[in-house]
Amino acid sequence: MATGTFAESGADLELVGITKRFPGFTAIENLDLFIPAGSFFALLGPSGCGKTTTLRLVAGLEEPTEGKILIGGKDVTNMKSYQRPVNTVFQSYALFPHMTVLENVAFGLHRRGIKDAVAKAHEALILVELDHVANRKPQQLSGGQQQRVALARAVVNRPALLLLDEPLGALDLKLRRQMQLELKAIQTEVGLTFLHVTHDQEEAMTMADTVAVMNKGRIEQMGAPQELYELPRTAFVASFLGQSNLFTGQVVASTSDTISLDIAGNHIVVPKARAARHTGLVTVGVRPEKLTLHTETQTHDAGQNVLTGGVVKDVSFSGVSTQYIVSFPDVGDIVVFAQNMVFGPVVHEGAIVSVSWNIERGFGIEDHPEQAGKFVPDDNTASIAVAQRKALSAELEGA
Amino acid sequence: MAFAAFANTAQAVDAAPRKSSKIALVLLAPGLAYLALFFLTPLVALILTSLQAPALYGDMGEYVYAFRWENYVAVVNEYGETFLRSFGYALIATMAALLISYPIAYFIGVRARKWPAIQAIALILVIAPFFISFLLRTLAWKQIFSDDSWTMETLKALSILGPDAHFTGTPFAVIFGLTYNFIPFMTLPIYTTLERLDTRYLEASGDLYARPSTTFFKVTLPLSMPGIVSGTLLTFIPASGDYINASGDFLGGPSTQMVGNAIQSNFLVILQYPAAAALSIMLMAVILVIVAIYVKRSGTEDLI
Ligand SMILES: Nc1ncnc2c1ncn2[C@@H]1O[C@H](COP(=O)(O)OP(=O)(O)O)[C@@H](O)[C@H]1O
Ligand SMILES: [Mg+2]
Repeated sequence: MATGTFAESGADLELVGITKRFPGFTAIENLDLFIPAGSFFALLGPSGCGKTTTLRLVAGLEEPTEGKILIGGKDVTNMKSYQRPVNTVFQSYALFPHMTVLENVAFGLHRRGIKDAVAKAHEALILVELDHVANRKPQQLSGGQQQRVALARAVVNRPALLLLDEPLGALDLKLRRQMQLELKAIQTEVGLTFLHVTHDQEEAMTMADTVAVMNKGRIEQMGAPQELYELPRTAFVASFLGQSNLFTGQVVASTSDTISLDIAGNHIVVPKARAARHTGLVTVGVRPEKLTLHTETQTHDAGQNVLTGGVVKDVSFSGVSTQYIVSFPDVGDIVVFAQNMVFGPVVHEGAIVSVSWNIERGFGIEDHPEQAGKFVPDDNTASIAVAQRKALSAELEGA
Repeated sequence: MAFAAFANTAQAVDAAPRKSSKIALVLLAPGLAYLALFFLTPLVALILTSLQAPALYGDMGEYVYAFRWENYVAVVNEYGETFLRSFGYALIATMAALLISYPIAYFIGVRARKWPAIQAIALILVIAPFFISFLLRTLAWKQIFSDDSWTMETLKALSILGPDAHFTGTPFAVIFGLTYNFIPFMTLPIYTTLERLDTRYLEASGDLYARPSTTFFKVTLPLSMPGIVSGTLLTFIPASGDYINASGDFLGGPSTQMVGNAIQSNFLVILQYPAAAALSIMLMAVILVIVAIYVKRSGTEDLI
């Protein structure tokens, strides 16, 4: 690291065949990753999937069991953390308790012999709106304030690569939105490379240019947020990034650009271009907001998939939209999000309905159905909320 | 109306602490009684003794109560140098013990965290000397380094030491003995703070471009100050009053006398009780002042 100067621009990061084993546990398995200079890259995954470990490997706080790490094309695998042009916003903040907020923020600048360290530290504190507590000790701040100090302490160094480990987790919604904008602004202004770790899919999707979804030490899918959302390639991505309705069935017909599945007697058509596998037992899915509810039987256009004879099991109102859970015999429960165009829900529990969706909106995933069938999206916050609500209503009924 | 309501709530709020302070007083009573009996009483007795005057026509060692503050002047004139020597030796021994103990404590408390068995064994090794009397251990050193011991003979034969070199009776031997005897008192408190040291701060420091030596001086050392302060106090205070190591029967000699030895001989040999008491009071007062300044300067009042 050159002393006395800031990084001119971001550097790209390349992980080549990284494996990290802890005694008796493989946290990261054969990970390849390329993050171009100046991009905002989000690593999204459930708790325990290896996100923090990945960041620690890049920061030099952990040594890879196998593989190479390159920053700006330079192999840093054997460099110590203090030699790497990288700063981290730690999940645990790790603010020095014996120093004031200001001393914490100026620490990195002093180590690198940068001029006007104190003035620059104040600037960084103004950016996170905490200059008024510059002379307090970290213990005297709230969790959210400490998190912002941690952010200032890392950003003030203008590192070529900034690692953020769930940096906004302790903030309330309003502040989080504000900090997201600030972070994005810093990143674009200076052209730094950001590697942002989070388990908040919304945060990943709104901030990042590229999102990588990680599960059990592997990257399941990587791409622009919209691409990932519209065309998830695995059951995990389909369920972790938003919600999905998944169906498994045998391919019974196939044209030059579509495949047709038999799902408990219903025919579901999916474009070939949007399906990963075209023969045999295949799992396909559709996002809940792409579905339309119908109360009367009606004729449908050719370009629609239709499921009929469903019973509305649950209706939950959430302001902008209403979530319906519709139970179809032999198919299972299907989640439908409908925008609240009129007052109140359109149908009530117990109603017989059908659902339809444009065949262009469906997607076919590459998991083998045996695995996809076993997958339980227990990490999905929405499904947890639904389960909790069910448990609560069951309890109320019992009482 | 409003004022009355306000006064009422204020009273209600006050009531709870008053009740708990009564309980606290009851709990404190045995400790306070103990202090009054075993600390305050001897202290008063000592102060009274230090001001006594020799009995007129009395025997040696016979004194009467008086207000002879000249005792203090006499003691300062006679033992000023001994005082300086005591604090000098204690200071050097404290520094030496700190330099030896810190790496030991760091190893046990930080490096050996991954191996609890090694941690336990190392801790036992630090405490093990306590199983043998302090007097015996100091005597053992005297034997090892006495003028006609084989250690000294070998060192002389190898010309590492001159033909008439001594170890016992030198200031070096006394400081060596003090350092040796107080190392566990230094190591244990430092170990306790280092054992709780959150290594994530060290990682954060490395992440912020601090090389390992800078991390040590800027992060590790300041965060272990509470242990260093208690360790140095636990060493310096007893070391400055020590009378075993410096005694001629152990590692010292006539030229290495410390205040402890002066007090001992005044009390037990030449039976000058007022002088001995005055020395004790002065020793206590000087230590109090030194400790107060030290604690103030190291900024850890609230940590000990
Ligand atoms: N030092 C370690 N020793 C053993 N296992 C570890 C260690 N650090 C992390 N792990 C394990 O590696 C997995 C990934 O951890 P982590 O990277 O912290 O997950 P995340 O940040 O995605 O929540 C977890 O199952 C965790 O228990
Ligand atoms: Mg983590």
